[in-house]
This record gives sequence, C-alpha cells and structure tokens, in this order.
Amino acid sequence: MSAPVFASGATKPGGERGVLLEARDVTMRFGGLTAVKQVSLQVHDGEIVGLIGPNGAGKTTFFNCLTGLYKPTSGQVTLRGDVLPPKPRDVVKAGVARTFQNIRLFHNMTAMENVMVGTYCRTKANVIDAIFRLPRHRREEKASTARAGELLAFVGLADKANTLSRNLPYGDQRRLEIARALATDPSLLLLDEPTAGMNPNETRDAEDLIFRIRDLGLAILVIEHDMRFIFNLCDRVLCLVQGEVLIDGTGDEVQNDPRVIEAYLGSPQAEAGD
Amino acid sequence: MTEKLLARAGAVRVAGVVAAALGLVTVLLPWAYGKTALDNMTYFFGPSFLQLCYAILLLVALVALAAKWFRGRLGRFAKAVAWADTAKAAGLGAAGYALACLVAIAVQNGGLVMIEPGGWAAFGLALVTGGAALVLPGSAKPTLGKLKSPPWVQILAIAAAMAVVLFAAAYELNRADIEDFLVFGCFAVAVVVVGRAAGLFGWLSLAAANNRRVLSLAAFAVAFAFPFTQNGSDANMSVANQVLIFAATAMGLNIVVGLVGLLDMGYIAFLGAGAFTAAVLSKSAFATLSVDLPFPVTVLISGVVASLLGLLIGTPTLRVSGDYLAIVTLAFGEIFRITMNNLDGVDGPNITNGSNGVPAIPNLDFFGFNLGQVHHFLGVDLGRQSNYYWLLLVVIAVVIVVFSNLAHSRIGRGWVAIREDELAAEAMGVNTFALKLLAFAGGAFLAGMAGSVKAYRDTAVSPDQFVFLESAFLLAAVVLGGMGTIGGVLIGATLLKLLPEKLRFFEDYRLLLFGALMVLMMRFRPEGIVADERRQLEFHDADEELAEEVEEDLVSHHSLLNPETDRGAVA
Ligand SMILES: Nc1ncnc2c1ncn2[C@@H]1O[C@H](COP(=O)(O)OP(=O)(O)OP(=O)(O)O)[C@@H](O)[C@H]1O
Ligand SMILES: [Mg+2]
Repeated sequence: MSAPVFASGATKPGGERGVLLEARDVTMRFGGLTAVKQVSLQVHDGEIVGLIGPNGAGKTTFFNCLTGLYKPTSGQVTLRGDVLPPKPRDVVKAGVARTFQNIRLFHNMTAMENVMVGTYCRTKANVIDAIFRLPRHRREEKASTARAGELLAFVGLADKANTLSRNLPYGDQRRLEIARALATDPSLLLLDEPTAGMNPNETRDAEDLIFRIRDLGLAILVIEHDMRFIFNLCDRVLCLVQGEVLIDGTGDEVQNDPRVIEAYLGSPQAEAGD
Repeated sequence: MTEKLLARAGAVRVAGVVAAALGLVTVLLPWAYGKTALDNMTYFFGPSFLQLCYAILLLVALVALAAKWFRGRLGRFAKAVAWADTAKAAGLGAAGYALACLVAIAVQNGGLVMIEPGGWAAFGLALVTGGAALVLPGSAKPTLGKLKSPPWVQILAIAAAMAVVLFAAAYELNRADIEDFLVFGCFAVAVVVVGRAAGLFGWLSLAAANNRRVLSLAAFAVAFAFPFTQNGSDANMSVANQVLIFAATAMGLNIVVGLVGLLDMGYIAFLGAGAFTAAVLSKSAFATLSVDLPFPVTVLISGVVASLLGLLIGTPTLRVSGDYLAIVTLAFGEIFRITMNNLDGVDGPNITNGSNGVPAIPNLDFFGFNLGQVHHFLGVDLGRQSNYYWLLLVVIAVVIVVFSNLAHSRIGRGWVAIREDELAAEAMGVNTFALKLLAFAGGAFLAGMAGSVKAYRDTAVSPDQFVFLESAFLLAAVVLGGMGTIGGVLIGATLLKLLPEKLRFFEDYRLLLFGALMVLMMRFRPEGIVADERRQLEFHDADEELAEEVEEDLVSHHSLLNPETDRGAVA
C-alpha cells in the first residue's frame, strides 16, 4: 500500500503496448431489448479510449458488463488475458475501477472517508485487528489515511477532506468519485460522463486531470457526449449506436466519418458535437 | 422613536430583574400548607431542595437579564453567551418548574387550597421574568462553543458535569414519591434547555471531544460509584441492571440498524440465545447440560452461540432487504421463542424444559467472592444487585469498546458505505454480503454476552421473556436515542427501561404513551435524542444551515483530535 502509490499498469518500456482489457463479442439483452450487441474492444496499457454514441446507445450498459454489475448475456471480458471474475468487488480487486453517470458517492460521509472506502479492497485488517487495535489495523489505517489525503490533493480537493460529500459542488463530487475509484489502485479506470454538468473551466480541469491519471500509468476508458473533450483526449474512439459498434478508430477517423454525424444528428449536413 | 423603544426595553429589563429578585425571596416562604408535600415546602426561611432548584433557575434568569449591563472583562466574556435566549429559557423554565411544583402539591395534599401564597408568588414572578425576557429582542447564536479554554478548565468541567449527573441520577432514583420524581425530572429538563440556549453544551461537547479519554474515564467512574449512593438498597440497582442488559443488547442492534442500515425486528432472540446457553450450561439443578465452566468461558460460548444463530438467520435473510428483511427477522424472532418452548422433551429433545425454562440458577462466585451475598465496603452495604451491576458494567464497557473500535475501522466505514449506497459500495470493492453477515454475527455476539449475565442475574430463564414486544423496545431505544451513536443508544435504553419502572401507576397506558412518544419523536426529531452528525442531515434534507454547522463541527473536531483516536466512519 505504501511506497509507490500508483504502481500498477505501467507502460512497458519501449516496444509494443500490451493489451490490458479485451472485450469479445459482449452482448447484453434485457428481455426483448438488446442493449449491447456483439461489442468487441481492446484497451492497451496507458491508452485513453473514448466511448461515444447517442443517448440510449448502450454505453453505460457496456460499462456495467465490464465491471460485473451486469452479467453479459454472451461474450467474454479479459484483463491481461485473465477472464474477469463475475462479482463487481472482484473486478475492482482485479484492477478495474469506475465512476457513475449519476454520481453515487456515500453522501453522509466526508470526502476523506469516501476515498478511504476505496482502499477497502487493498487492506486486510480483520475484526480482531480492529477491536484490539492491533498493529495491522494501525498500519493500514495510517497508510489509508495518507493515501486518501494524497489522492484528494491529486484531484484538487485537499481542502475539502472533511466536507460531507453531499455538500460538495457538482464538479467536486465528480472529482471525488474519481479519487475514490483511484483509491482502489486500478490499472484501468472507467469514467462514465465525467464532465456532465460541468462548466467549460471545470471541463478543462477534468481533461487535465485525466491526462495526469494517464501519466501515472493507468489506462482510461471514458464515455462522454462532449465531442471536443473526447477528441482532445482520446487516442482511440469507439462509437456505439443502438448497441452496436459503428466505428472504432483514431479521433480523426471517427470525427470525419459521416455515419457518426448521421447517428447523432440524423442528417448528413449538420456538424457533429457541440 | 427609537429612543422611546430603547427606554421601554430598559424598563422591561428592569421589571424582569426585579421580578426575578423577588422570586428568589419566595423560596424563603412556604409553598405548601399542611402535610409535608414535595420534600417539605412548608417552612418559613427553610427552603427545601426542590425550592432551591427553582431558585437556581431564577438566578440564572436574573444574571442573564442583567448581563446587558456587564462591562469590562466580564462584558467581553458575556458576549460569548446568548444571554437573551438564556434568560428566556431560564425564566420560562422556572415558571414551568414552579407550575409543576404547584400541581404536585395540589395532587399530594389534596386540592389547590393547599398551595400557600408563596407558591403562587413563585410561579407568578417567574412568569413575569420569563415574559420580560420573551419581549426583549433575542440574541445571536451562542459562540461559547468556540471559546478557547485551557485543558484543566475543560477537564474540571467534565468532572463537574459528571458529578452533577451522578448526583442528579442518585437523587432522582431515590425519590419514593412519583410526584417528587416527576418534579425533579422537570427541573432536569429545564436545566438541559437552559444549557442549550446558553451554548454551554456546545462548549462542553467540544471539551469532551478534546478529552475523550478523560470523558470515558469520568463516565465510567461515575457509573462505578453509583451503587454507593444507594445505601444498600437493591431496588434501584435492579433497575440499573435491567438498563445495562438492555443497553448492551441495543448496542448490538445499533451495529445492524445504526451502522449498516438493516432493519432487524427480532433482535431479542440473540439475547435469549445467550441467556439460554448460559442457563443450560449453569449448575442449576434444572440445567440440562450443566458443565462446570469458568464464567468468562460461559460468556464467550453464549456470545458464540448467539452469533451462530445470527449467521443462521442472516445467511438466507440478508438476500432480501428493506421491509422484507424486517418481516423475515420478525418471524425468526418468533420462531426462536417457539423453538425454546418446544425443546421440552415432548415436542423435541429436552434442552430448555419448555415453557418452564431453567430456574434456580446459582449465583456466580469469583474466587470466593459470591455475587449473591451482601458485602460491606466503605461503610456501605452492597447487595446482590450491586455486585451484578459491576459485572454488567464490565460487560457494557467491553461492548462499547468493541462497537466504537469497529465503527472507527475499515469495517465500520464499509458498513456505513453499505448504508449509504450498497451498490456503489460493492462496486468500490466492499464485500457487502460478508460485511452484512459480520454485522449480524457481531451484533448478536454482543447481545449473547449480555444474555449470559442476564441469566445469572435473573436466576431464571424462560421463553416468555423474549417476546416480540422486547424486540420492538430494543429497536425503539436505538431509534429514539440516535442511530449509530453510543451515547444516544445508552440514553434511549435508559429512558425506555427506567420510565416504565418508575411510572408504574401508568402501567395500563404504557404502550399508548410509548406510541405517542415515538410519533412525536419522528415528527420533531427523527434523528433521535443524540444525533449522529451525519445522519442528522439525512432527516433534514433542506436544512442548509444545519449542514454548514455540522460541517464546521466536523472540521474543528478533526483538527483538534490526534489521528489515532480520531473519529473515523461515524462519530
Ligand atoms: N436494467 C435495465 N433493464 C432494461 N433495460 C435497460 C436496463 N439498463 C439499460 N436499459 C436499456 O438499455 C438501453 C441502453 O441504455 P444505456 O443506459 O446503456 O445507454 P447510454 O448509452 O448510457 O445512454 P446515455 O448517453 O443516455 O447515458 C436503453 O434503451 C435502456 O433503456
Ligand atoms: Mg449512460
């Protein structure tokens, strides 16, 4: 827990980047509705991948399939070649952390405590350690507190550590959710619309934050509707329409693809994004 | 125009002060005629204790009204106290208290004619004082809580507060007459209201937060000293023991309901499991397993059996949540009682002797110190109940330490995270199912430990002690006191066990009164008597001011405490 705070997921020095996450033909059906249809995706080490698509395209559902909240109807997800375990908490332990589209913080806990919950899966103190305040409890508690403090500072919330998360402004809540996810020590971070509800300034900060996270050696998969944000940020972009992959390519390729524009606006003349 | 107003305000203030001063004189007059009413208020120039209580309230009102005229250092200190509100609370409190006295006198001595003019004057003058304070403009929020004071002042204040609590509790419990009991209760409530208005409690709670160890030690010392105030009488000690058993069980439930947010309506089963285990293992002639075990081992076994029952109940039921969980646990509570009834050798193996239970459990004996005998110590006779009281004090201390240490650990944070948003907790790597099971088993362990002592204290265990109503009362103690808090649950348990015991004449209306109390609480203070700073917000969603206040509190507490004893997940 202590020395190198962000150790995992480092880019291989030189040479080809390894495949971190691979989804193969993931399909998710709700009764008659197929929300995600045969979606395949690769995320490499240190890569920022964008996931776009109109409302209801199945982006969030796909995230839920990746993180174990839904069990895909068919298909397979692997992390570094190992099939991801079915339970959300085991997926976190394997190294995939996420944020939620509609913020799901622990509202009546402070910012600090929220982040410390993130360290839960990397700590081991049991009931006996806690009741008798044994060394393991004290050591971990100290490390968790320090780590949470670091992460709060990293996302720019150092001075809000003791604020109840419900009282934080919207933008801060989004950043706190990112800090909480980072506290689980992931190698891949999934962000579901991290700038929704933010003003242009905050959006720019968020962009900067995501780059800094990438520089720590994490790979990032991000859902977003703000096209400028996506194309600034991402090495690769995947466009989902009605549950299916429309195109998977570099920012330029996706940006200039008429089908993407059509998917969003329904008419080929108009301009994509906002 | 404004000058005129100011002059009028000045006149009102003077009138209030004069009324208060005159009111103080009335305690030298008799309030009651004839038979000794209310610890004797019939003397000239011989104020009784309850009359002095009135004088205390009125004196506070007087000082508070006069504070406007303070100058210099005193004046600066005076700024930190919300004097106008204090005066209001103290004046009206004195009036209310006097009224309670008059009613009590009338009831005890038979009619309003038994009230002497002195009593009426006391009531009237207090009313004038309170009225004057009411008319005068209110004051800003008390800032006493933010006043810096040297540590020795804080520690002394804690010690003094504890001594007052001990004295008040002893005095209150030793009242033989119900009227005296209620009148002194009114005084206690008035004192609390005045203390709040003045900001004294804000200051005290900060002092307490700064000196947690001192506070716990002082509280424990007071609790330890309590039997010495009883002059060898076992009556109050018996009630105190019931309170402690009840509180220890409620503290277990507090983990499940308060921290994890699971509604358990059959909790008494765990107390029962512990009690039956201890009874069956005891040396009673009716015990079916009778093993000669040292008592600490029995306590552990009782706890383990209870937590096994917790796991047994939890494994299938924790897959449902909310109302369903409440209903399922309620059913399990009943199943437990019925099972104990049926383990009688007829419908099943004979373990509990069925509805007869296990009577005649012998007293505990620690190295020749028999808990059943009267011991003489420091000039006071200490009876059987006092002995068990000290044993229970150890149990409750253990329970509190376990609760608090668990709450302030990664496990406690996990629990609260589940309460706040179970899905998010799971998605952040918290093993929600295991933690919920742990809460069930851990809480049950605490209740089971309490049960083992209960078996020996009661000398008999039978299934009909563990009815649903008891579970409901346990839940009420937690909710009423303040979910997730230690102090709140202790207070809630005390009130719910003590009041029915003292208000015996109310017996037939007990449940009615209890229901009314619950409705009022849920309407006006849903977070309970002692509010967990965080939960308070859940219930007052729109209350921005409160949110800021709590936050300020949290910040100040955090910066003041050292990290080791810091408050973690819950305070
Ligand atoms: N649990 C569920 N049960 C049934 N249908 C669902 C469920 N979850 C999602 N859906 C449906 O699946 C489709 C995809 O939803 P999803 O939330 O994944 O879209 P999205 O791409 O994230 O959209 P947005 O951009 O608005 O967030 C929608 O039609 C939605 O109604
Ligand atoms: Mg979505």
